[in-house]
Amino acid sequence: MKIRFSLIYPFFLALVLMLLSACSPQSSQPGSATPTPESTTPATASKEAKEIVLATTTSTQDSGLLDSLLPVFEQKTGIKVKVVAVGTGQAIKLGEDGNTDVLLVHARKSEDEFMEKGFGINAYDVMYNQFYIVGPSDDPAGLKQAKTAKEAMEKIAANKSSFVSRGDDSGTDKKEKSIWKEAGITPEGSWYLSSGQGMGETLQMADEKKAYTLTDEATFLSRKLGLQIVMQGDKSLLNPYGIIQVKSSSKQEEGMQLIQFFTGEEGQKLIGEFGQATYGKGLFVPDAKKR
Amino acid sequence: MNRLELQNIAVTYDERTILDVDHISFERGKMYGIVGPSGAGKSTLLRVINLLEKPRQGSMGFFGTQVELSSLTHASGLSIQRQMGYVAQKPSMFHASVFDNVALGLRYRKLDRSQIQALVHEALQYVELSHLANQRANTLSGGEAQRIALARALVYEPALLLLDEPTASLDPSNIKIFERVIQMINLKKKTTILMITHNLPQARRLADVCLFLFHGRIVEYSETDTFFSRPACHELQDFVSGRMIC
Amino acid sequence: MMFTPDVWEVIWLSLQVTTTSVLIGILIGIPAGAFLGLYSFSGKRLIVILIYTCMGLPPVLVGVVVYLLLSRYGPLGSLDLLFSAEAMIIAQVILVTPIITGLTMAAVQAKENAYWETAKSLGASPFQLMVTIIKEARGGIWSGIAAAYGRAISEVGAVMLVGGNIEHHTRVMTTAIILETRTGNFSGGLQMGFVLLSISFLFNSFMMVGMLNQMKARKR
Repeated sequence: MKIRFSLIYPFFLALVLMLLSACSPQSSQPGSATPTPESTTPATASKEAKEIVLATTTSTQDSGLLDSLLPVFEQKTGIKVKVVAVGTGQAIKLGEDGNTDVLLVHARKSEDEFMEKGFGINAYDVMYNQFYIVGPSDDPAGLKQAKTAKEAMEKIAANKSSFVSRGDDSGTDKKEKSIWKEAGITPEGSWYLSSGQGMGETLQMADEKKAYTLTDEATFLSRKLGLQIVMQGDKSLLNPYGIIQVKSSSKQEEGMQLIQFFTGEEGQKLIGEFGQATYGKGLFVPDAKKR
Repeated sequence: MNRLELQNIAVTYDERTILDVDHISFERGKMYGIVGPSGAGKSTLLRVINLLEKPRQGSMGFFGTQVELSSLTHASGLSIQRQMGYVAQKPSMFHASVFDNVALGLRYRKLDRSQIQALVHEALQYVELSHLANQRANTLSGGEAQRIALARALVYEPALLLLDEPTASLDPSNIKIFERVIQMINLKKKTTILMITHNLPQARRLADVCLFLFHGRIVEYSETDTFFSRPACHELQDFVSGRMIC
Repeated sequence: MMFTPDVWEVIWLSLQVTTTSVLIGILIGIPAGAFLGLYSFSGKRLIVILIYTCMGLPPVLVGVVVYLLLSRYGPLGSLDLLFSAEAMIIAQVILVTPIITGLTMAAVQAKENAYWETAKSLGASPFQLMVTIIKEARGGIWSGIAAAYGRAISEVGAVMLVGGNIEHHTRVMTTAIILETRTGNFSGGLQMGFVLLSISFLFNSFMMVGMLNQMKARKR
């Protein structure tokens, strides 16, 4: 659901801005920031402020990936990373408002827009993971016979099988919407439930309602539910993560160090190994490259 | 059949005896004055009769109905309770009109509207406060409130009216009206009245029979004339003469 | 301010769920509170402590318990109530009933001494006695209802868990605010919050007017 108001109250906007600026006094609006070249200019004040904010999607935190990477980084550099785990939409918004220093997100289209609008610099591919379409074990819509994700979604809609959407504008939600679009279907009706919640809650709901849903691998594997994978491996179900530095950030040097860690040899190795002990396979495939 | 009787009443608080009455009976239609020093158990006696307080033991014969007081519940005592009216020293008025306050007992008894209307107006006439029917009861003066409390207790024509120092804080004109009303209903409706009072002339004026309570026991019980002119026990002599300080 | 039908739907569902919950809470809480305020019995002390504890129940805890009860794998799973408006009502009833019960009990106890004996001596049956005392204590009971309503309509933890925030089904104002915030639409969330505040304000104003009238009447 989108809430639209024909008039925007200046008062509320002012209040929002006040609240936001109160949250991080060092940040400045992107428009007012002096253009920085595509390089890291060491800021003089940054020596003592050894703390940066990383806005990321819930999936990276919930899966435990950050817990295994960040302590290594913090030990190495002495820079403390504060993680704000939210939906991709909100994460990007945090970047636009200058309330974070680095973004780690997975919604390529929004990321590209973010870059085009000039909010970010130094965008890198970091890794990717997979999405699955999961559903009840009896697979009422027969998704296992489908060849592509698009075909799977067509089957769900034709069968009017329950489908739980995150509906929260997150990366996963955007991925789901793009597949519906590709299939030329506008999902609506009582079979299509928009939860507006995180992946974990949405999976739980799909389990309770015996419904299908689109999920990332990490969250799915970390839950023990009565759902099973009915579609995987299709190209449109790959989920690339990008890491972007926020242009208006006052901590360019530390931000760049974090990006270098994630895309560098050590970080990439850690990403590849992550999850092998618990799930028997890596949850993320490292593929760092500069865009 | 025509009397109120109490047998073997014992009320104790923490081993202390508050009331200890072997046997006493009250005739229908008579007015009784109850006197005695403070803490003698007068109020407790009325509260036990009115089923507001449960004695450790004891039974009551209520004009033909025999009940065991210690095992009586609110519901099982209700039919007896509804034949009694009670006015305390300080009236508590409900936050409603005077009319609604007086009508309350009738509504509890599920009378119909027209009956309630007639009876409430009659009762308000008795206490000479008909003009206050629509006023809110919590705005009344002390004297008016006490007269409304009396109207509220006699409107359903109880067989027994229990009055606990009802005029103690009233001025003489209110006392006069109050006394006139209880004498009138005592005669007209044959209502038995038990009245506690510290005002000995009042007891002498109104009561047919007086009883004297002392340390929870009834030590004197006689016709009013005898009670005041030839008190038998020395406690009452001291009390009547004012030598007893309490 | 122009509202889309979606927004109206969310507001309307909020009002329906909250009002239903508070009405059920009133039906249970007022008689229960009056009974506890009027009568003493063995074990009452424990019940009173439990009620006062439950007045501050964490909504999320209630949500989890109701969730587990209604889950497909839970004891009441066959009712298929999870993620429905009914589930939200169940959770909110659990939250508001102790508040109404506790505050009714306190209000009745404050009136009990003065009026209990008068009503009883006038021949009230146990039920009539309770009704009379409830009427006398109405001011305190109203504020209990207002407190309960305020808690229910602004509550988010439990309704999010058991309702699921499903669009067109169980999305209410508070869960919509969370969603708007999560998706970065702060101004949408804030405006919805403003609507919530306005409803709370209107509701409490009506309550206050009623209570003030009563106070005036008492002074006159």
